[in-house]
Amino acid sequence: MMDANVNNIALSGGFSQNPVIADGRGRPLVYLHGLFGQEWPAYLADLAKYHRVYAPVNPGSEEPADLRLLDGLLDLIVYYDELFEQLGLEQVDLIGHSFGGMVAAEIAATLTHRVRKLVLIDPLGLWRDDAPVGDHLLVSPEQRTALLYHDLSNAEVAARLSEPEDLAESQAGYLRSFSAMASTAHFIHPIPERGLHKRLRRIKADTLVLWGAQDRLVPPVYAQDFARGIPNASVQVLDRAGHYPHLEQRERVTAETLRFLA
Amino acid sequence: MKTIWLHMQGYRNLPDDFRDRYESIWVTAPNDELVDPELVGQYLHANLEELRFADSMGFDGIGTNEHHQNGYGFPVSPHMTGGILASWKSDAAICLLGTTLPLYHPLRVAEELAAIDCMSGGRLVAGWPVGSAMDTCGVIGLPPDTVRPRYYEAHDFIKQAWSRPGPFPFNGEFTKQRYVNPWPRPIQKPHPPIWLAGGGSVETWQFAADMDYTYNFLSFGGYKVAQRQMDSYWSVVGEHGERDDNPYRAGYAQLICVADTDAEAKRLYWPHVKNFYDKSMYIAPQFSVVPGYTSRASMQHMMKATGSASPFAVRKSTAGKLVAEPSWERFIEEGAVIGGSPDTVAQRLEEAVRRLRVGHLIAIMQLQSMDTELTKYNTKLFAEKVLPKTRTIWDDEGYVDQWWPSGATRNQPTAAETLTGAH
Repeated sequence: MMDANVNNIALSGGFSQNPVIADGRGRPLVYLHGLFGQEWPAYLADLAKYHRVYAPVNPGSEEPADLRLLDGLLDLIVYYDELFEQLGLEQVDLIGHSFGGMVAAEIAATLTHRVRKLVLIDPLGLWRDDAPVGDHLLVSPEQRTALLYHDLSNAEVAARLSEPEDLAESQAGYLRSFSAMASTAHFIHPIPERGLHKRLRRIKADTLVLWGAQDRLVPPVYAQDFARGIPNASVQVLDRAGHYPHLEQRERVTAETLRFLA
Repeated sequence: MKTIWLHMQGYRNLPDDFRDRYESIWVTAPNDELVDPELVGQYLHANLEELRFADSMGFDGIGTNEHHQNGYGFPVSPHMTGGILASWKSDAAICLLGTTLPLYHPLRVAEELAAIDCMSGGRLVAGWPVGSAMDTCGVIGLPPDTVRPRYYEAHDFIKQAWSRPGPFPFNGEFTKQRYVNPWPRPIQKPHPPIWLAGGGSVETWQFAADMDYTYNFLSFGGYKVAQRQMDSYWSVVGEHGERDDNPYRAGYAQLICVADTDAEAKRLYWPHVKNFYDKSMYIAPQFSVVPGYTSRASMQHMMKATGSASPFAVRKSTAGKLVAEPSWERFIEEGAVIGGSPDTVAQRLEEAVRRLRVGHLIAIMQLQSMDTELTKYNTKLFAEKVLPKTRTIWDDEGYVDQWWPSGATRNQPTAAETLTGAH
């Protein structure tokens, strides 16, 4: 994981430790990952040149039994409140991608004092009957790839999709994403909408909404819905990017993020 | 041994190019293109006629199950069918294998099953599967990791609703009810026999052993596939310490095709067997292996067994194909079908049930595209020429079926016979 370190953060209430990846110096920034598990993409390494970046894992990913302690989003928000506390973070800049974007918006709408600035990258959480969010879970690997990515020749995308030669490594990777999908599905299956549209109005942080123009999982029409619901939000739709603009248009996303957080 | 004639209640008329046109028989096969309500009406009447015929032919029990949005069986509500079966005058058991508990408010299940037990004079077997990933996560859309916790909670609720004097409060994670006080409660005390049904998960075997329930292996792989699963089940029962080896703790489903001769069986049934496996077992792996529904431990086990990183790599090529080059002979050899003359069928069945150590045979004798005439022919030959031979299996060993409904008196020894051991 580059030069980043894993810090196992202890939590009360019977939860297992959260192996938070952290790197960099500067104002604290927390990144909440998407549907498929903890990650430290080059985007975060770029941000860590200017910020202290923390990338926790969605609870239940590492230890499925943790999900029995989380009935819904309120429990998840309380979980992150404690995690921030354990990391010694009073106020953070919060970036959330996809599922993590939904969680980040919920945190910002509930723990209003905790979030200084909010970046949402192709977040889940809203629903339109005229542009339904796609199903990432009950689809074949080929269908999933088509939903998520615009350009399969992009180096970071290709690296993600390549199968390791070693069987044990490949199995471990599959198992990791399998457990991560179970942990995110716990909160959103079968439709990733739990009333966030009623709470967006409470977000006090300045918010940047970034969206891949070719996102086929969560169509970019949702970007405007987030911008309309959040009191102080601006939108950037990035061409030639799917559900992972921070991979497919990394330089632009990094630049927009740094400019916004400055 | 007891034999239960089970109807899967499938759609009998699927197009020949089904596999080419659709991704899965279950969850997403489009109703608008495939399902004619007029035909559904005809099929439902045929299903009941066939069940009634099986009842009249002396099977120990008749039954059905529950599935949703699925071509090979959409017996939507086993309680609805069960209510009809309960209205017939009969002494056969009504085996509902079963009700997918996580899908309902458990009070409704408690009340409806109790009503069936009351109406039938205590002939109900309450079968409670956890539910397939297709029905629970794919169709109803339960968060996958919550399926089993919901199942256990519903189980506890219903057992309490049946046995505790009401009203009482039930404060569960998924069900909160201030006044639990169902009026129909079962005739059978303390409650109707509860049978588990599953496809081979370790947790269910353990639950059966802990709760002293019967476990039924319901697959369409036949007895050779069942062997590995049932061996594991029996070792879990053995390790429990307080459970005996009574074969009535177990049951399994088997496709059975009887004709006058082995050759005639092939001629009559092969097109239907082929049709069934081509279409009915065509389930997309993304619907059957769902993260969270399949536990991490089970996934690790699966990876070890297949030697693959992803179940998709293996299952895509074999989805719905039990054997590489399907033929009647291969299906017979693999045990997916027990078919042939009455003598052949009786002999293979005895061999299978003794090896699996099962006291309850779930006989599948209507396969999707089979018409009523052929179904009755199959059923009649089995009842007249096979059942008399297989009925006495386990009698000499003296095992008693403690998991049979008390009101289902057909073929049962009278109290006096039991006392003197003369049955």
